[in-house]
Amino acid sequence: MAKSVLEVKDLVKYYGPLKAVNGLSFEVKENEIFGLIGPNGAGKTTTLRVISTILQITSGLVRVFGYELPRQAGEVRRIISYLPEDAGAYKNMTGKVYLGFMASFFGNGGKTREIVQEGIKIADLGRRINDRVDTYSKGMMRRLLVGRALMTDPRLAILDEPTSGLDVINAKEIRDIIKNATKEGTTVLLSSHNMLEVEFLCDRIALIDEGKIVEEGKPQELKKKYKASNIEEVFVEAVR
Amino acid sequence: MRNKRNEEKRGCLGSIIKKEVKELLTWETILPIVMIVVIFGMMGGVYSGVEEDVEEESIIGLINNDGSGTYTDILIDTLDGGAELVYNRTDEDGDLGELIDEGLEEVGNEGGAALLIIPLGFNDTIALGEERASIRVIWILEGVGTFDSIPTGSVSGLLEVARSKITRELVGGDGGNVDTILAPFEYKSNETTMIKGGNPVNAGPGDIIGALATQSMLIPIMIMIVIMFSGGNVITSMGLEKENKTLETLLTLPVKRRSIITGKIVGSSAVGLAMALIYMLAYGFFMRGFYSSSDLNLEEIGLSLGIVGYLILAISISLAVLGALALCLVLGSFAKNYKSAQMLNGPLVALTMVPMFITMFKDFSTLPLTGKIVLFAIPFSHPMIASRALLFGDYLLPLSGLAYMAFFTLVMILIAVKIFNSDHLLVGRVKKEEEGKKRGIRFGLKSRIKPD
Repeated sequence: MAKSVLEVKDLVKYYGPLKAVNGLSFEVKENEIFGLIGPNGAGKTTTLRVISTILQITSGLVRVFGYELPRQAGEVRRIISYLPEDAGAYKNMTGKVYLGFMASFFGNGGKTREIVQEGIKIADLGRRINDRVDTYSKGMMRRLLVGRALMTDPRLAILDEPTSGLDVINAKEIRDIIKNATKEGTTVLLSSHNMLEVEFLCDRIALIDEGKIVEEGKPQELKKKYKASNIEEVFVEAVR
Repeated sequence: MRNKRNEEKRGCLGSIIKKEVKELLTWETILPIVMIVVIFGMMGGVYSGVEEDVEEESIIGLINNDGSGTYTDILIDTLDGGAELVYNRTDEDGDLGELIDEGLEEVGNEGGAALLIIPLGFNDTIALGEERASIRVIWILEGVGTFDSIPTGSVSGLLEVARSKITRELVGGDGGNVDTILAPFEYKSNETTMIKGGNPVNAGPGDIIGALATQSMLIPIMIMIVIMFSGGNVITSMGLEKENKTLETLLTLPVKRRSIITGKIVGSSAVGLAMALIYMLAYGFFMRGFYSSSDLNLEEIGLSLGIVGYLILAISISLAVLGALALCLVLGSFAKNYKSAQMLNGPLVALTMVPMFITMFKDFSTLPLTGKIVLFAIPFSHPMIASRALLFGDYLLPLSGLAYMAFFTLVMILIAVKIFNSDHLLVGRVKKEEEGKKRGIRFGLKSRIKPD
């Protein structure tokens, strides 16, 4: 049985008086793709940001590969990679320079070059990798950022709506890239609105509503449990 | 192992500094500086042109109806010696109006400044000494700019010289010593000034203030520019991180928050310093023409900074810049994008302009108590105050300024680190709309990123 690499227990997160996450608990196993599914405002992004060390925990426990947050945030940052939903890149840099800048935080000299080459390979932008990022289309930008997120072979990749706003072809290519990453040993935690996408991509999913997990399991098992033809129907039934 | 870690830390810091410098050194930031240099260059050129105008002889016309005489001759000789006489007539036909029209046309065509009319009896009136004689001057003004009055001013100057010469002639006629009569006592060659209760300086207050004028102007302006450029850069950098949506990613990289802060501060201050230096070189070139070099040697009269003075001043400037940058990081955390970042420059501008103007025109010691308190409370005042205080051997004020700035900087850095370690950078402030009513609680206007 695969070991648990991410543990989230009774996670609570307040923004001032607003409770964004309300006692969330789940585990992610090594090498799997785990999806957090839910409507806008359910607490998906907040949960991913907490795990990515950029938001403070109000209460509860988050442990990544045995490192506990927030105490060991530095160690966690070394082994994770986070792709925010609406992330951008530095507009004055070319795609390659941007990857080089990001790679410089994970090594130096030959190691940096290796990482950049990997990023270029994943992004697959051809000659356009040498163009300034402010000339990129949304799809190209997303591919560059996915390349950035996965080029360091992170042990845990946290991807917030990785295909959000992309056309069918670009979205499929990004999904293929994510699938391939798990073959290289990366565990993936992602969030999505797209129920069909998670059904195709995720080994296991958790349905979130109002900051709480309402259901968790393999997509096929959940569909069977709720006698539903797709995850959308499962979600509707689960929150009813 | 530790060496490798340190090397990695330096690498991360170097990457952030490099990124900041590249991000801030764009055409959008370089062009205004180039423009300023060009403008100062042009202004310097205009000033040089004006200097040439001053050196050039004025062009005048003269209608002399008094003929010849001791005093009339003195006046005409003076005018002739200091100006170019392009029209010189006598009203023999009794038609002065026609001569004036003709004279004005001729002098005007030559770009002249005035037509002077010496009336009949000018010389005799002076010789009798009962009343003042007068001449008529018709000025020709081609423009109304400040520098356009130079030719007419020059003619006025000639008339003053002529008046002084006639006075000497009148006084000399009595057989007395002219210089003694005109200036019965003198004090200029025997002046001593006690500055701020210190040792006496053998020079007049005008000479001392004149000799210190460049310094009094340049140091506050230089400090203001360094702080504004560097501080503005930090705020802009924060605004750009938010606008480009790169901050979130940056915060998840394996680099300490203090390295991000240090990188932003060092990168921004390097660019700010470079820009300020270019600006100051242009400004220095421009100002050089305005302040004539004083004969007073500041070192000889004990008004110069020693090694300790320079050291204190350098620390004072560094601390002021560091404190400003830390303050700007705090301010920058409120920026939503590049545009709002520009708005946040406001407090910084006020905090640098106020002490600059005060210290340019007043000494700290001569300010009223309230002024002293306000000036001391603004951390960026201290290098400006110190630059002057140290000249007079006053170390207490600069040293207390250093202590205050160190405290201010430390507090600002701690606040900046706290902000970088908090949710504030990403989610801003959450407001309650209605107390205790959950559905009524929503994200206020200041919230930037809606939680999902």
